[in-house]
Amino acid sequence: MKFERREAPYWSPQANVASLMLQVLAALVPAAIAHVWFFGPGFIFNLLVAAIFALAGEAFMMWVRRRPLEVALSDYSALVTAALLAFALPSLTPWWVTATGALFGVVVAKHLYGGLGFNIFNPAMAGYVVILVTFPMYLNLWVAPRMGDIDYQHLTILQTLVFTLTGNLPDALGFDAVTRATPLDVMKSGLNNMATATEIRANPVMGDFGGRGWEWIGNFLALGGFWLLIKKIIRWQIPVGVGVGLLGPAFIMYLVDPGTSPGPGFHLFAGATILCAFFIATDPVSAATSPKGRLIYGLGIGFLIWCIRRWGSYADGVAFAVLIMNMAVPAIDYLTRPRIVGHDEGVEADG
Amino acid sequence: MTAPTYDLGKLHGGLRLQGNKQESTTQPILEVPVPSQLVLPIEQHVGEPAQPVVGVGDYVLKGQLIAEPDGELGAPVHASSSGTVVAIERWPVSRRHGDKAPCIVIECDGKDAAVPSSAIPDYQSQAPADLLLRILDGGIVGLGGAVFPTAQKLMQARTCDTEYLILNGVECEPYISCDDVLMRERAPEILSGAQVLMHALQINVCYVAVESDKPEALMRLGEALAELDDDRIVLKQVPTIYPSGGEDQLVQLVTNREVPSGGLPTDVGCIVQNVGTAAAIHDWILRSEPLISRVTTITGDGVVSPVNIRARIGTPIEEVIKLAGGYTDHVKHLIIGGPMTGKSVTTDEVPLVKASNCVLAISDTAPEGDELACIRCGDCAAVCPVQLLPQQLFWYACADDEKKLREFGLIDCIECGCCDLVCPSHIPLTADFRIAKGRIRELADEKARAERARHRFEARNQRLEHEQQEREAELTRQKDSAKSAGPAAIAEILKRKQQDKKDDPR
Repeated sequence: MKFERREAPYWSPQANVASLMLQVLAALVPAAIAHVWFFGPGFIFNLLVAAIFALAGEAFMMWVRRRPLEVALSDYSALVTAALLAFALPSLTPWWVTATGALFGVVVAKHLYGGLGFNIFNPAMAGYVVILVTFPMYLNLWVAPRMGDIDYQHLTILQTLVFTLTGNLPDALGFDAVTRATPLDVMKSGLNNMATATEIRANPVMGDFGGRGWEWIGNFLALGGFWLLIKKIIRWQIPVGVGVGLLGPAFIMYLVDPGTSPGPGFHLFAGATILCAFFIATDPVSAATSPKGRLIYGLGIGFLIWCIRRWGSYADGVAFAVLIMNMAVPAIDYLTRPRIVGHDEGVEADG
Repeated sequence: MTAPTYDLGKLHGGLRLQGNKQESTTQPILEVPVPSQLVLPIEQHVGEPAQPVVGVGDYVLKGQLIAEPDGELGAPVHASSSGTVVAIERWPVSRRHGDKAPCIVIECDGKDAAVPSSAIPDYQSQAPADLLLRILDGGIVGLGGAVFPTAQKLMQARTCDTEYLILNGVECEPYISCDDVLMRERAPEILSGAQVLMHALQINVCYVAVESDKPEALMRLGEALAELDDDRIVLKQVPTIYPSGGEDQLVQLVTNREVPSGGLPTDVGCIVQNVGTAAAIHDWILRSEPLISRVTTITGDGVVSPVNIRARIGTPIEEVIKLAGGYTDHVKHLIIGGPMTGKSVTTDEVPLVKASNCVLAISDTAPEGDELACIRCGDCAAVCPVQLLPQQLFWYACADDEKKLREFGLIDCIECGCCDLVCPSHIPLTADFRIAKGRIRELADEKARAERARHRFEARNQRLEHEQQEREAELTRQKDSAKSAGPAAIAEILKRKQQDKKDDPR
């Protein structure tokens, strides 16, 4: 009898890229629901716009590169990019802003570098930074979180949709009526005005740790992140690295000078810290790959976030920190190679 | 019974795989009757092929030497049953991916007449060196699959400071259960073989390592050990993690010593032998039966009733498949060896050889979906038992960067296949590394060839230059001698020339 020949091993692989990406998306669902609850339906519109343009950009580039279309569209990586971008955007974002970010992320940061697996930079963060420097005013339009005692104007679903599509608020309303500075902005401008951190934290928008609404979204992001850890889709090194890199200096400075330094709790829950630790910095393609390297990579991101928040002109520094560390990845990987079994420490293999 | 101990060293990575062994371990080992024809490859070990010492038409007895070792790493081949040699020809074998290799074909007469016994039950009175030579004659090779000639391995260990004999009963690869059933049924013989080995090696500690998923084998070994009352032998239970049964990995687990890169277990005072090899040593030394049969697992979803068989070396695989109830309808691949490291063959005409621990017939296991680009998830590095970075190696293998491949330890890859299984992009890493290794070897050969050619060329140039110098020296010597002889000599020469002209007026 005749048989077909194959190469060992003859065992079905245990994972695939599409299911990894789908599980990352699933882990974001609780936080997405919390986001909509606190900041209104804008998130959904942003997500839809980002997804449509990310997929369109992916399809276009696969066509230009003469690659099979269905391969790229069925790995769901463009959707993960879209979802991360949507989480980074304020709930009121005109569609062209979101589209610019999604298209830049997918077309330039991802496909011009060779597509999934070859991109040096995190596509979502590259896209976000481009719109951050191109449309800075639109990235401040965070509506105030849903919390009884804060006085602000609600936007209806329709009004939010109209804004997303046209960039116009209903006639009677100005931006000041519907949006609020984010906790990080409040902290930054407060400190610039010589207020103490404790005074600034008395502002009701600050919540218990890092801002009304934000801290709850953070909790749900952490929940999803722990689930990814348990499922071994991400490893502990990067989240721990980001946490220690950011909260370590924050805690030390809080002890040294509590007047000008918000505590680690604020840094943890404000801005995109938790999103970064579990979902952005853990993007395997643009992160370091060796265990030690991942810890260093995470520490670097955390420390840079703290530096930018403290001294930079931007309120949050996640995107810049991630992109800067992306550039350091080849060096980190080279310098943190694990010792091969049977070789002496620090001695290179025969060669 | 004697209870196993658990103090173990650390092993990086590895995988917990579904064993799929119980299918083939429900029945006792099935004895395969003498087939009508035996096909015995002359190359069933890692060294040079053996040289046939019988001719077509010769009548051979069971246990008779039919091919003798050639070269340093040779092993003899014996007839597995009595009959007539009908051909010495090329036949499909599994060692070379089903390509043909020279084989001795014996038409069996069914009498199974054996050569007279030459057992040495009092082996303890033999000098170890003599015992090693005796083991060489038995044609015994490592039965775990590597088929390194056992005698040479023992001789090498004798030249080193070897402390521990480790019997490998781990059998970590899924589906394979031949060692498991052997330990269940022949534990006393295995331990007896260990005693022979200890005498031959003159060492006093033997660890018998068995994976935790083989409780019955552990129990039988424990009972046999209690009966034997030999406190030199210690039973060790190792965790069920693939590939803990790899030679270097087992040394690491049992002794917490790392075999150096490119080295042997003897570099850290260990020698590893498969439990099947120990039983074969027992059979040869104490029963005078050379390695002419072995236990093989016939399994997979491609056969009707998986089973362990004891068959004569040389039995065609199609014969033994019949004993497992034949093929199922959806069989697609036939693999000699396990699902992780076995070799896929295209025909079941190949014979069972000394290396065949398993015959795996399976339906399709090809991954659904295409091979995608590496997303650098690093799972491959997390499971690599040698702590390599397969994703980096893959990158350099694609770039054919030999220097980097060496630097990142491609040579240290044991080809266990763990990285393949966890790769979400379904990249055939192990196959790629195998190709890259071949390429490195090729490059090294090419380099050596180029080096040899360069040497030859330089030698030739030197020779020519030398000859040229010699010629020039001769010329100057003649000129000088002519000069130093002075005008008288010149006059004489001229005179002689004139004389010549006169004698030959043309």
